[in-house]
Amino acid sequence: MPYTAHTPSEVKEMLEVIGLQSEDELFSPIPNEAKAKAFDIPDGLDEWSAFDSFKELSKKNKVDKICFMGGGYYDHIIPSAVDALAGRSEFYTAYTPYQAEASQGTLQALYEYQSLACELSGMEISNASLYDGGTALAEAALMSVRITRRNKILIDGGVNPEYIKIIKTYLSFRDIEFEVIENIKDSSDIEKLKSKIDENIASYIFQNPNFFGSVQDFSEIVDILHSHKALAVMSSYPISLGILQDGGSLDVDIFCADGQSLGNYLNFGGPSFGMLATKQKYIRDVPGRIIGKTLDKNNKEMFVLTMQAREQHIRRHRATSNICTNQNLLALRATIFLSMLGKNGLVDMANMNYQKSEYLKSELSKIDGIDIYNDNPTFNEFIISTPKLATKLIDELNKKDFLLGVNMSKIYDGFDNKVLIATTEKRTKKEIDSLVNAIREVL
Amino acid sequence: MNSKTIFEKSQENRVGIKLPPLDVDTSPILPEYLRRKAKAKLPELSEFDVIRHFTNLSSKNFSIDKNFYPLGSCTMKYNPKIIEKIASLEGFSSLHPHLITNDEEDSVQGALEVIDDLQNYLCEITGMEAFTTTPQAGAHGEMLGMMLIDSYHKEKNNKQKKYVIIPDSSHGTNPATVTMIGYKVITIKSDENGYMDFEEFKKKMNDEVAAVMLTVPNTLGIFNKKIKDLCDIAHEYDALMYYDGANMNAILGVVRPGDIGFDVMHINVHKTFATPHGGGGPGSGPVGVNHKLKEFLPDLGIYKKDDKYFFNKNMENSIGKISPFFGNYGISLRAIAYMKILGKEGMQNASKKAVLNANYILARLKPYFDVPYDMICMHECVLSAKSLKKKYEVSAMDIAKYLIDFNLHAPTVYFPLTVPEAIMIEPTETENKQSIDEFCDKMIEAVKLAETNPKEFLNYPKTLGVCRPDDTRAIKELDVRSIH
Repeated sequence: MPYTAHTPSEVKEMLEVIGLQSEDELFSPIPNEAKAKAFDIPDGLDEWSAFDSFKELSKKNKVDKICFMGGGYYDHIIPSAVDALAGRSEFYTAYTPYQAEASQGTLQALYEYQSLACELSGMEISNASLYDGGTALAEAALMSVRITRRNKILIDGGVNPEYIKIIKTYLSFRDIEFEVIENIKDSSDIEKLKSKIDENIASYIFQNPNFFGSVQDFSEIVDILHSHKALAVMSSYPISLGILQDGGSLDVDIFCADGQSLGNYLNFGGPSFGMLATKQKYIRDVPGRIIGKTLDKNNKEMFVLTMQAREQHIRRHRATSNICTNQNLLALRATIFLSMLGKNGLVDMANMNYQKSEYLKSELSKIDGIDIYNDNPTFNEFIISTPKLATKLIDELNKKDFLLGVNMSKIYDGFDNKVLIATTEKRTKKEIDSLVNAIREVL
Repeated sequence: MNSKTIFEKSQENRVGIKLPPLDVDTSPILPEYLRRKAKAKLPELSEFDVIRHFTNLSSKNFSIDKNFYPLGSCTMKYNPKIIEKIASLEGFSSLHPHLITNDEEDSVQGALEVIDDLQNYLCEITGMEAFTTTPQAGAHGEMLGMMLIDSYHKEKNNKQKKYVIIPDSSHGTNPATVTMIGYKVITIKSDENGYMDFEEFKKKMNDEVAAVMLTVPNTLGIFNKKIKDLCDIAHEYDALMYYDGANMNAILGVVRPGDIGFDVMHINVHKTFATPHGGGGPGSGPVGVNHKLKEFLPDLGIYKKDDKYFFNKNMENSIGKISPFFGNYGISLRAIAYMKILGKEGMQNASKKAVLNANYILARLKPYFDVPYDMICMHECVLSAKSLKKKYEVSAMDIAKYLIDFNLHAPTVYFPLTVPEAIMIEPTETENKQSIDEFCDKMIEAVKLAETNPKEFLNYPKTLGVCRPDDTRAIKELDVRSIH
């Protein structure tokens, strides 16, 4: 199926204007030695055959199970209005807002996104989004090195392991030192951490709630970091901020989060988007796009890309980052989602996640043989230890149509019988009870 | 025009979402010291308030569905609607990524087939040996490419390697990426034909050069005739050739970077393969390599055995991870769906018509504008408003602001940096002759206006509600969030 409109007579007419005889001549600047040696691509499909074949393919993915899986990616509500608005072709098929007058819709929406990100995180400023939560943390690490001119990063062992791997890759190619401070059970090793913080540390990256689901108070650590002029970088879970301490009141320097939970689909891990918010004084070191409000020549308010002197298309090799795209469409979805959720809705939703998870926790702890691994309070996920190997338990629950959770034995040594289980506002009491019964049956 | 923000429309205690019921017995709340002190000041609106607000905002945007959008280097082509229908299938969109952590291959066979299909198509289209879909954008692909190059030289103990050669016409992401991975940039100027200066290149080429990064065709829309020689010379010094695939749309089925001798490349699938740009993302920038770099690819791969897909997580020499899981999988899905619909002829036809459209624009506008490099161009052409600026003080930006007043998105202006008053036009293949003619007519009218009433340009655009932002004020009186 071609999506071109040229009729044969139009092609002829256009070639005449150009002064060529055939379309092949258009490629005459390409020498023979550079021509393709093969191009063995199947014939194209009509859209109905294509849809049928992809529909068949999609059925090979098992998505019909009741989802208790989290680990940074959650099965939250997505209002229909989010799809409807973000799907509007005026948003969907626009490009980066280079011509401000022709892009006020995107620009204002992103300005609103930045404002919402600041409210949510408690921080002073936000960029217009990055690729995802993991790469945002890696960018924050680099940012902390630029700001402090120091070369070592400490990473809390409770940070999402997928993110730690990304940060490690980013840092190792820049010869920046890093050390992961392993947890003691589900808690940060505060004493070890204290002994490591000195004048060489650029920043310490922690996550709250951490990957084990545990909620901790990091305010003491933030103070210690600041007394050594090191930065605190926080990785967060946006929905939890309805009830959990925000980055601003903790006085962290850089706040990051993955935005999947804010109105975005799971998408097998991507696309999602990354949040990065910080203090105003660090704005020149922020990677990615920033939108600002200004006046036009007639003193009317309008929105523009601003602080562009940081960026690659202006500064080239001196840029703060090579980032060009933001994840605009996903950030737009979050903007719509948060606008609908509102001040009280966010608190209610966070509370509901907490309450449903606590209910599941208490029901599970009634089962002989099941222990709750977390010593700390949790938000909406926690780890269970069972008499069965995690792999086996997950498999057996799979057969009963439950997606039980993240198999921690695949990530950490000594976690052979541990599973990370999450509950969102979407899980009903009935579903939770049936999970508890199913677990009871297989144990 | 009403530009009230969503915060200004907020009314206390208005509700936009009815949450599912809290149907469980409640537990004590979290201890005080862990809890948030003040509520986040999110706006309070009804669903309909939100619908109306964002629908109105959307109407302030130009988009490819509504407007001719010839932004050079951005490949704004039509995105077929069926692609979104496919991507919205629940079996694709609701898949949890930790199924990968859990090694639950049986639950994700469809997704893995999507990735495998895309990698195979990309290999065939580019002539590379292996692809990874993990980079989340073109620039992210460049970063991965440089990491692979660095790993190659480290493995070979090529300690002296510290430079990367880049032509002055390159995208800004190229030098920014090189610095990010700890190399220094050697910039080579363009010669009178718009090619990277060949003699200068030979002079600068030595054992300390780790790689040469080229965009082909380059940002001037020009195909470098000596491309094979450049590859051969670089390889003599064990420098690797990096292909920036931002402009692949020009050469589908005509040129394959792998066949010429490029070692590593990225391809912006959101450009060439019509996934929506979404106002600046999401994108996806898969990276392809030849045998030299295959072992270093990010450590989540897939392989097929007895008709079943498995995860490959034990890649000994891998550089590690640069993104979660398989990167922007949703974009990979859209790209392969588009490829399958287009097929061989469709792809070849796309490049032909993209190049035809660009050359037609060049031919029509040549009498009216400066043409820095007058030759057959590829998918885009670069004009200059240098003479208009000199004679009438009408700049490339003035032309841009004039065009948008007539519902035509402006071309890219002031890029490439090597062309003064650059106007870079990429029509893409999906534009018909009539819209291209309309654009050319308007460009010619702009020249006529410059000749007769140049001062009038300062009033454009007239009909979009706002006109010419004060960018200096935006920085000096920084306002990057609503305070309410």
